[in-house]
Amino acid sequence: MADALPASTPVAPPPGSPDPVVVTDATGETEEVPEEPEAALESPGEHPVDYLPAAEEEPTVTLRVWRGDPAGGDLVDYTLPEEEGEVVLDVVHRIQASLAPDLACRWNCKAGKCGSCSAEINGKPRLMCMTRIDDLPEGPITVTPMRTFPIVRDLVTDVSFNYEVATRVPAFAPAPPPPGGYRMSQVDVERGQEFRKCIECFMCQDVCHVIRDHEDNKPDYAGPRFFIRFAELEMHPLDTNDRRELLRQRMGLGLCNITKCCTEVCPEHIKITDNGIIPLKERVVDASYDPVAWIGRKIIRRTKRAPDEAVEWSQERAGAGVLGQQGDAGGGVAWVPGADGSDGSDGSDGVEAPDRS
Amino acid sequence: MPDYEQHRYDVIVIGAGGAGLRAAIEAKLQGRSVALVCKSLLGKAHTVMAEGGVAAAMGNVYPEDNWRVHFRDTMRGGKYLNHWRMAELHAQEAPDRVYELEAWGALFDRTKDGRITQRDFGGHRYARLAHVGDRTGLEMIRTLQQKAVSLGIDVFMECKVLRLLTDADGAVSGAVCYWRPSGETVVFEAKATVLATGSIGRSYLYTSNSWESTGDGHAMAIWAGADVIEMECVQFHPTGMVWPLSVRGLLVTEGVRGDGGTLKNNEGHRFMFDYIPEMFRAETAESEEEADAWYDDHANHRRTPDLLPRDEVARAINTEVKAGRGTPHGGVYLDIASRRSPEYIRRRLPSMYHQFMELAGVDITAEAMEVGPTCHYMMGGVRVNPETQEATVPGLFAAGEVAGGMHGANRLGGNSLSDLLVFGRRAGLGASEFAEARAGEPVADPAQVDAVVADAVGAFERDGGESPYELHHELQTTMQSLVGIIRTGSELEEALERLSELRERAEKMAVSGGRAYNPAWNLATDIPSLLTVSTAIAQGALARRESRGAHTRDDYPLPDPELGKVNFVQRQTAERGFTAPIHVGPEPLPEMPQELRDLLEENA
Repeated sequence: MADALPASTPVAPPPGSPDPVVVTDATGETEEVPEEPEAALESPGEHPVDYLPAAEEEPTVTLRVWRGDPAGGDLVDYTLPEEEGEVVLDVVHRIQASLAPDLACRWNCKAGKCGSCSAEINGKPRLMCMTRIDDLPEGPITVTPMRTFPIVRDLVTDVSFNYEVATRVPAFAPAPPPPGGYRMSQVDVERGQEFRKCIECFMCQDVCHVIRDHEDNKPDYAGPRFFIRFAELEMHPLDTNDRRELLRQRMGLGLCNITKCCTEVCPEHIKITDNGIIPLKERVVDASYDPVAWIGRKIIRRTKRAPDEAVEWSQERAGAGVLGQQGDAGGGVAWVPGADGSDGSDGSDGVEAPDRS
Repeated sequence: MPDYEQHRYDVIVIGAGGAGLRAAIEAKLQGRSVALVCKSLLGKAHTVMAEGGVAAAMGNVYPEDNWRVHFRDTMRGGKYLNHWRMAELHAQEAPDRVYELEAWGALFDRTKDGRITQRDFGGHRYARLAHVGDRTGLEMIRTLQQKAVSLGIDVFMECKVLRLLTDADGAVSGAVCYWRPSGETVVFEAKATVLATGSIGRSYLYTSNSWESTGDGHAMAIWAGADVIEMECVQFHPTGMVWPLSVRGLLVTEGVRGDGGTLKNNEGHRFMFDYIPEMFRAETAESEEEADAWYDDHANHRRTPDLLPRDEVARAINTEVKAGRGTPHGGVYLDIASRRSPEYIRRRLPSMYHQFMELAGVDITAEAMEVGPTCHYMMGGVRVNPETQEATVPGLFAAGEVAGGMHGANRLGGNSLSDLLVFGRRAGLGASEFAEARAGEPVADPAQVDAVVADAVGAFERDGGESPYELHHELQTTMQSLVGIIRTGSELEEALERLSELRERAEKMAVSGGRAYNPAWNLATDIPSLLTVSTAIAQGALARRESRGAHTRDDYPLPDPELGKVNFVQRQTAERGFTAPIHVGPEPLPEMPQELRDLLEENA
């Protein structure tokens, strides 16, 4: 077991100080080291002591954490005295400060807003900062990294797959604003706003069996996070791109068989499948399989760019290195919609890519 | 051939929050080669936490609004310590920046006639914050991130910058960094470097700031010999959660008060009516009836004192708690449950509802929240040229929270998101023009690089030294208790002594394990920044012997008109680094043109 760190000198609150200071004692990892009781704070209106006084049977919390690297690893148990009102991330921090200083964990805001601290807690993808210890069943709590992404170390995974997919999503392409600026009504923006709540925690990507259980699908499957990104763009009142063929041919929309695991794990409660993926599937079907619509596209001038332009562009992008965690940075081709607002070519429908819808 | 990874760009931007992204986008649009280097994953910078909105005088809800009123509100909020030209440019250019964001895909909430709607916020005469529910920061960073990706900007994420590189003339020519996943060194050579590193909140125990807010940019600018100003001006947001401890410090948006919430002490009294300062009396409601009527009719009623600027509210809450009228966990009550319907609250404040329910088990539609002051924002920072955002050292630029001068002694809510866009763009433009004009190629001096890396990895070679976690905690408690919301000379001096001891101890930090994603080592490389920034804050607070805006001295409780005309500037001279001294002294504020001075005197 790691050596206990020396207890920090308690700092008495200076007279008149509005924020009395409580210094946390870093010991407390084994039964043999008794915890020193903290002095109660005296200022009126202050909160009560941070710790339960040392009792004969102190309640403890045990995290069973995966430790390892790309070569392999193991589950390790860490036990600490329990503290009131903690989330899993708090306990991880206390483990880092006392028992395992190099326990690798990715986090940032600790408020469920940045999507950094995704992990699998008792097997279920959850944000560590939003999972209260009180809400979990008694006994050791298993904390393991997201399984779908390669391991970096311990709880940290390489999520660059997601950033690479992002480079292949054709950008928002509005027509120039009319005099007086763009007008959109609240009801029209609400569909997109739901999708833009996404904090990119990537747990939907992690849980989707299409890539979780089939590594070889990754090059051809965008995943739920990006399906809602496509949905948001397709439903944006001002957008002029048409990404439907791209979704069908390159982004693997057809591989989704709507089991809704993504919806279940989304910390923002976005209705990924019902509001995003299913409407996209319907739109793709309209684009590809409706003979009347096909004829219409050939005859009538469209205001949206031809769907196949998106496919061509995406083929150019495929394989372009993007954001490097390990120095693999390369910008690649950018597809910025022309200001000419062209609606594209007649769009050949002779596609060679395998049909997966 | 060096044995570390090396890249060369025209412009590098350090930090990928709103300001960093906007700067990188601008430099790229100008045709420069650009790299964006960030400590966390792309799209996860602290900007995501911003809830209120982007302040811009677009006049969509109140056509009477215009940039002059916004300028006036900003200067008054800053207690006139702001750089007038930055406040002017900000007010003038914010509307265009918001419309531009919309053209890049942002989906703001709308008015009934389809334009971007604007909400009220503390210190703003008219409702002018463009917003999306209570997640405007997320909207902004996501839009900018998607734009940056579409432009093909190279992004180096989870890459920590240790120190800036300087050439023989003292101009900044790049940076020495390491990849967090592998621990390996990576060096950037750049003609222009933009700092957009955000805040310093991790120097305090209770803060709304993210993990990465360790003041790296402030520190690196100081170590490169650049001037910083107003480091004593730290904003404590009045309403952070106080219970449970795991969420203490997390922000409760001012939007709750904008939408009808009111502050009460443990006697149920709406105490803000007792704290209306003279400066704001004319436009603040005197009675509860008037305040309540204001929500629906701004024209004929004056605004509620719950929406006074943040420094006033934070001080009022602090006084109530010290007097024993606080809540069981040391805060005051913020009540919206008894004033609005549950449907209204859930619709207007979805993530507040979510946050309190999930993390504290509090249903804000049924009960009041316990809130109190939390370290939130740093008004002080790198001294910059208002038009180009160039620092006082050539080759260095700064934008966003790391830059100083825009907000004076106190920032208005909503003015940060607009600051990021306006000055992010200007920094990108300034850096781009500088890079284009700079003669010769920037070359990293291998001796400089080796020295920085040796310093950083030294912690692995010491056995049984200081724990970085211990040091960090002691630093935080020192700052929280001695350099907090109410300061006094003797405590500030004590803080400086403690910081000096901590600096000595930091030279003996030791970590075990390897370099790959080692949080103890990562913290050990953040500690020098935290120490430098904390020292500057304490020194500035000691030097400014008055109370102004967010800076409050118990021993000098009133503003001093003479000190209201100076910036306290800090810089390192011959010696540089986290153990070297930082000099502090007053310098006159830039002179404001008469026509703007007249503007400040007018009533709205």
